[in-house]
Amino acid sequence: MSRFVARRLISMLFVMFAVSVITFLIFNVIPNSDPAVRMAGKQPTEVQIEAIRQEWGFDENIFVQYGTTMEKLFTGDMVSYFTQLDVVNEIWKGLPRTLSLAIGAAVIWMLFGVGLGLFTAMRAGKVSDRLLTVLALVGISMPVFWIGALMNHYLGFELSQALGFELFPNGGYVEFAESPLEWLHHLILPWTALSILFIGLYSRVLRGNILDTINEDYVRTARAKGLSERQVLLKHVLRNSMIPIVTLWGLDFAVVIGGGAILTETVFNLQGVGQYAADAIGQLDQPPILAVTMFGAFFVVFFNTIVDVVYAALDPRIRLESGDTA
Amino acid sequence: MAPDDVLTASAGDLLGAPGHQTEGDPDDAAVVGGSPWRLAGRRLRRDRGALAFGVLFLLLVGACLAAPLWANEVAHTTVSENHLTDTIEQDGETVNVVGFDGVPIGPTWQGEFFLGADQNGRDNMVRLLYGGRNSLLIGVVAALITTLLGVLIGVLAGYFRGWTDAVLSRAMDILWAFPVILLGIALGTSLALGGLQLGPLSISGDSLAIPIFVIAIVYVPYLARPIRGQVLAMREKEFVEAARAQGMGSWRIMLGEILPNVSSTLLVFFPLLVANAILLEAALSFLGAGVRPPNPSWGTMISEGVDRIVTAPYLAIVPGTMLVLTVLALNVFGDGIRDALDPRAKVRAKQP
Repeated sequence: MSRFVARRLISMLFVMFAVSVITFLIFNVIPNSDPAVRMAGKQPTEVQIEAIRQEWGFDENIFVQYGTTMEKLFTGDMVSYFTQLDVVNEIWKGLPRTLSLAIGAAVIWMLFGVGLGLFTAMRAGKVSDRLLTVLALVGISMPVFWIGALMNHYLGFELSQALGFELFPNGGYVEFAESPLEWLHHLILPWTALSILFIGLYSRVLRGNILDTINEDYVRTARAKGLSERQVLLKHVLRNSMIPIVTLWGLDFAVVIGGGAILTETVFNLQGVGQYAADAIGQLDQPPILAVTMFGAFFVVFFNTIVDVVYAALDPRIRLESGDTA
Repeated sequence: MAPDDVLTASAGDLLGAPGHQTEGDPDDAAVVGGSPWRLAGRRLRRDRGALAFGVLFLLLVGACLAAPLWANEVAHTTVSENHLTDTIEQDGETVNVVGFDGVPIGPTWQGEFFLGADQNGRDNMVRLLYGGRNSLLIGVVAALITTLLGVLIGVLAGYFRGWTDAVLSRAMDILWAFPVILLGIALGTSLALGGLQLGPLSISGDSLAIPIFVIAIVYVPYLARPIRGQVLAMREKEFVEAARAQGMGSWRIMLGEILPNVSSTLLVFFPLLVANAILLEAALSFLGAGVRPPNPSWGTMISEGVDRIVTAPYLAIVPGTMLVLTVLALNVFGDGIRDALDPRAKVRAKQP
């Protein structure tokens, strides 16, 4: 096991290094223009550009440039040239908001996704199954920023106007420490909007898995020994059909925190890490985009490694498959 | 040795596959022995839902292709023409296209401004159709490039194994580590200012080629990985061994023996790739890292519409509905193809 963990960690560091090189290349080498000009944002002065060129060492060779970029990223001395604020600091400020959004939404989409998947699988072929399956497809086909904007407008704004009180708020975020109830109140719509896509996906995957599993020998055995249909379904079928769903859950959760929440945050004005990057795009403000991209990808790699290790601890076959005999 | 014996084998035991709707269908028994493609075609023809949505997609594409026709013959305007100070006749009254408070006219349900105007007094219907052209163009071309690169990488890695595989697979792992939307934003914003210089090819920053290129690159690992897995398994099969024994070279085996056998996977993936490419275009344009205004696309239109959702909600609703219909049609049709080719296969492409 320890050898497996060690190997996964080394591989993680390698991927992180490669990710940082790629991100560096995307921002500083691939585009066909002066990196200092791009770094300076929309309306830079000549003096500013020259200062940035010096500071980032854009006249040095490429390896030195890469070193400077990474150093700035980790020493926290990367500054947005648009707001003059420290980038890493701003990311830390937005992180609790992004985490609140991602964790709540992940719980909701898992519960509803599994519920819907189980329900439709039990009724496979019936009218209710067909209807819900189509509904799941519609959910997968809707862009989150579009449905989110409509929810925010009609439920958060128009409905409040009609009712005279705010059943749902019109965007914004309240710290948990300030008021847990208001925190919840402000996150209900964003959680729902972000969950729709995943509920659709998970219910479809689970429905398919259950229908595949239901014909396995051990399910027939369970039935033959006289278990009730409910017991067969919950103890034997569901438990085995859930394995891929849990894997997906881990991966999707990481991706949502690592950048997937950007659209939801922007639409509902949650001011999280994603919205920080989104605002920077409008200004062509490069340092925040660079930092969020790099940290986002780092987080995904890191989280995937954890998921792998947990899996290996739970299932010895995975360790053995990758040649670890210890 | 039939090159498509893999498909035959899977198609064979699919008849009466568990959980599939056509289970026990007497028609199926009659077609055993047909070629797998014909079998799949027959199954697809019987899938009314998939066919209906396939037709819907073609209708949407047709409507967008007819954009100049609508603009010239019905709306009498162009995609970029402003009508800020113009008036039109509606129900016998003269109405401003854009009111004094800056609120544009809503849907008139007549030739001019059928779906209303936007904040610049541009015809919303005309922009919807032209925007659809851009969205569909980006979606289809990006999906084609993704398929090309994905197949190339997947087949080379799976067939040659060893160092080729190690290098290509690692590269895919690294690309895969980036959240789709972040990689799209990073590439989109960094290329927006100066454009791209690929050898003698120079692409300017506001060209549609930038979002196409960005979206195509982002999805490559999602195709290359499953293809590689298939090829790895396939190269041990007898028909490849036989081809090798006959003295066929690696390239001929890959083109003549391996490629036809991954084509069913490609057929299943392609509509889903187009759907996801269209969604990613919209997301990137919404954030300002995709199509550059004033060039319309469904993404930029939703983005502009969301900014004015309080006074003119139809500006966001209309392009979003078109987008959802298109993506839904592609998803249902893709499902139909998958069920027809292999009811048990599970395909999952990522949405941003």
